Amino acid sequence: MNNDRYIMLVEDNPDDEALTLRALMQSNVANDVVVAHDGEEALNFLFGERDGAEAARSPAVVLLDLKLPKVDGLEVLQRIRADERTRLIPLVMLTSSKEESDVIRSYTSGANGYVRKPVDFVQFAEAVKEVGLYWMLVNEPPPRSAELGG
Amino acid sequence: MPDRTILLVEDDPADEALTLRALRQNNVANDIAVVRDGEEALNYLFGEEQETGPAEPPTVVLLDLRLPKVDGLEVLRLIRADERTKLIPVIVLTSSREEADLVKSYSLGANSYVCKPVDFVQFAEAIRELGLYWLILNEPPVTRRAVLST
Repeated sequence: MNNDRYIMLVEDNPDDEALTLRALMQSNVANDVVVAHDGEEALNFLFGERDGAEAARSPAVVLLDLKLPKVDGLEVLQRIRADERTRLIPLVMLTSSKEESDVIRSYTSGANGYVRKPVDFVQFAEAVKEVGLYWMLVNEPPPRSAELGG
Repeated sequence: MPDRTILLVEDDPADEALTLRALRQNNVANDIAVVRDGEEALNYLFGEEQETGPAEPPTVVLLDLRLPKVDGLEVLRLIRADERTKLIPVIVLTSSREEADLVKSYSLGANSYVCKPVDFVQFAEAIRELGLYWLILNEPPVTRRAVLST
């Protein structure tokens, strides 16, 4: 595994955040998880501080909740897909929404995957572990040079 | 679990056998269709040469890149260009680790890119994780079959 791969988690619910972080740590796939608690924080992280030397470091995957304060998850997704620097970053919706329209709109806007949060917390932890394993160890993210426009 | 089918597009018989065995051992798919070149894949999806028309859209497509007749990237482009298939999750499953293939695949709308491990135990493990993630955990967009059955 590439040691500098990290996950970005965008989650406003503190319980879900704690559960997700614990499951990711347990599965041992995430050396590093960056957490944003609303859509604005997520966009600031991805776009605000990317002009310097740190610019090359994009997350291997973004786990994005749909219902977020300030900037909604779908809007965050669309902004990520609209920007040359971030348009190829793998992004998975991780949400409690069961509405078909949310599934369709997420894929139409360019989400790579869509995972419904199980209500049961043991199942939730299991799902997060699988998501972490797949996107950190099995999936190959786009190369950095693509993000830099090279 | 609803009917979940995989379309495997793979021209290498050894890789096909390994992939099928790993998927079946984990019992993740009700049905696996195999096609062995890009043209067959397009016929399967769009039914242009079949009297019965296209098959029901698969839940996911596992797509090799180096394929006879029609290249994998071209198959991906055509899947994304057609209303009937544009949201189907496509996972590129290839031995290529070339950055150009990664960038082109993601740019054309591949949901995921998996490099086939050379070691066959690791190959089986990767397929197992892939099957668990895409067939069990991930929520696919609505297919016609799902629409018809509700």
